[in-house]
Amino acid sequence: MDLPSKPSRRTLLKGAAALAATPVTGFPAVHAAEPVTLRYLGTAVNQSADIAKKVKEDLGITLEYIPVVTDEVTKRAVTQPNSFDLIDTEYFSLKKILPSGNLQGMDAKRIKLADKISSVFTKGEVAGKRIGDQGTAPRKVFYLEGLDSKKFAGEQTQWISLIPTVYNADTLGIRPDLIKVPVTSWKELLNPAFKGKASILNIPSIGIMDAAMVVEATGDYTYGDKGNMTKPEIDRTIKVLIEAKRAGQFRAFWQDFNESVNLMASGETVIQSMWSPAVTKVRAQGVPCTYQPLKEGYRAWASGFGIPKTLSGKKLDAAYDFINWFLSGWAGAYLNRQGYYSAVLETAQANMQPYEWAFWMEGKPAEKDILGPDGTLIEKAGATRDGGSFDARMGAVACWNAVMDENTYMVRKWNEFIAA
Amino acid sequence: MTDLALPAPATVAAAPAATAPRPRRALAYLQAAPLALVFLVFLVVPLVLTGIVSLWEYNEYEIIPALTLQNYVDVFDGCLSADLCTTVRTYLSTVKFVVLTLAITLPLGFAIAYFLAFHIRSGTVRMGLFLLCTIPFWTSNVIRMISWIPLLGRNGLINDTLRTLGLIREPIEGLLYSDFAVVLAFVHLDTVFMIVPIFNSLARIDRRLIEAARDGGASGAQILWNVILPLAKPGIAIGTIFVTTLVMGDFVTVGVMGGQQIASVGKVIQVQMAYLQFPAAAANAMVLLAAVLLMILGLTRMIDLRREL
Repeated sequence: MDLPSKPSRRTLLKGAAALAATPVTGFPAVHAAEPVTLRYLGTAVNQSADIAKKVKEDLGITLEYIPVVTDEVTKRAVTQPNSFDLIDTEYFSLKKILPSGNLQGMDAKRIKLADKISSVFTKGEVAGKRIGDQGTAPRKVFYLEGLDSKKFAGEQTQWISLIPTVYNADTLGIRPDLIKVPVTSWKELLNPAFKGKASILNIPSIGIMDAAMVVEATGDYTYGDKGNMTKPEIDRTIKVLIEAKRAGQFRAFWQDFNESVNLMASGETVIQSMWSPAVTKVRAQGVPCTYQPLKEGYRAWASGFGIPKTLSGKKLDAAYDFINWFLSGWAGAYLNRQGYYSAVLETAQANMQPYEWAFWMEGKPAEKDILGPDGTLIEKAGATRDGGSFDARMGAVACWNAVMDENTYMVRKWNEFIAA
Repeated sequence: MTDLALPAPATVAAAPAATAPRPRRALAYLQAAPLALVFLVFLVVPLVLTGIVSLWEYNEYEIIPALTLQNYVDVFDGCLSADLCTTVRTYLSTVKFVVLTLAITLPLGFAIAYFLAFHIRSGTVRMGLFLLCTIPFWTSNVIRMISWIPLLGRNGLINDTLRTLGLIREPIEGLLYSDFAVVLAFVHLDTVFMIVPIFNSLARIDRRLIEAARDGGASGAQILWNVILPLAKPGIAIGTIFVTTLVMGDFVTVGVMGGQQIASVGKVIQVQMAYLQFPAAAANAMVLLAAVLLMILGLTRMIDLRREL
């Protein structure tokens, strides 16, 4: 059996090698003519096929999406910095990524619209008014000390950590048809009237901040910084959560976007922490759902583009070209139409119809039916956006998604809460 | 199958290995080498690495090679106090699911395997029915699990039907996001791992033994208890090991069916991985490994698998 098989395998391999050799000769020429491809690491939320198509048309750059969940973006940035050319990550992740030295500062001089980026990021202000600064507010981590710096700069510099892609203000979603009483405060999340019908997310760093909003709303305690609690503060917050859990307040916890949609749409929950597009999706199923503004304000988040340290030459130029294109309006309008906010509002406005702008950004009743970027009906004429205008929503931000100094301890206590 | 089995007695015959001729021993090692290599690369090396990392320090963004037992101290933090600590609670909850799942899948799997092996006369029909048991495995286990949700929910099919029939007025909340839902999903997902090995054991029982027992005047129950059950022990043991390890390491089923409200060891590890706390996750993984090995060790104490196979 051995003898005849050997030569035949040899010849087969030789044949295969010969076959493979032929096309190889023509390869370098093809490669030279090939346009630049950027490997874009981020969550699926921002990675739309429409944007990739438009970039290809306008700049000839091919985007290769690497869609992973938020935590995985951070993990990859820290452990596999050569596996992407462009990263779209949340600002709070910077506290983990930047010290690893895997990102380079972005030169504000090469970003044409750097001066036009929303004051939410550059100054922590909306319409000239200071907004909530607790947690990892983008303002605190927006500028770096230098190109290769691992430190955040206290004031405005030439080096930017992340160029904003999208940001938003999160609050509680409710089912107005099943909740008859008005909901105006975060403390309603733990109101015994909604026993067995409430939910929060099982992402420790975000879930604990929602819990902190509740604790503050009850008036029991005021945190120094909800986004950076001390150990006793963590203990206090987790204790409140454990008591509520043992009392059967929660129906379930959710972990991903679709779970939150299903819980709400099926009526398993009537009040829960939620993300804005999830509310839109529940409504799209014909189920009434309100993204309820609350008097204590919103928990906000923001994500942005960063460039890995190793990127250079043609790819680096392409990355800057792409980011400049991203800020130039088409993409901004695209994102605004989904209910997010974009980095440079002026250019986005130029790419939107006046009635669209009035609905999404000014909080005015829709003059016509409001359509999403894909043409689906989002709101009928006459509807207004929950929470009102950009200034009203972003102006009422209380805190930002964060990574705490006591993160390890917090995760341990969160596990204790889940096990309770 | 028989071809593979044949050489085995031969080696046993030449059992005093020391006296075996050297080239033959070398050949035996050579034959075992590929599998040993696979185990070395994909089992031993990762395990050793996990063990080493579990002794390292870490911070937000890096793991630091150092020798510390802190990660293990953290795992058992507070376990000496009167109140149950997180780890003990989590393991108790997981072990509870193991026991409940075994208590249902074992009799169920045995009954199905028994029916297939002894009550179906035609070999073709038997194999056909056996394959039928495995058909659910053609879809992902996550989908099979999630498909329970519309059925069990507050406004799900079961609650709606019961309400329409007027049997209940308020929906039964405990159907979904509860221990019941988790156990139900485990039984659904894991019973087949009980059926297959038990069926395999039962199919190999020499029918003449049963005839002899009957001739000797044993009743049906006595035959089952004194003849069939002892001979099915290897299958039961293997099935139990399958189910135990599957349930111990699971976090998806507990998460989805328990509404993320029920702790599991796997979930703890997953959360720590997500927050880049690899050493802590590694320490938890080592503790889990030790716990599962202890359970299997206990099991093999009761049944000598090597001998029975």
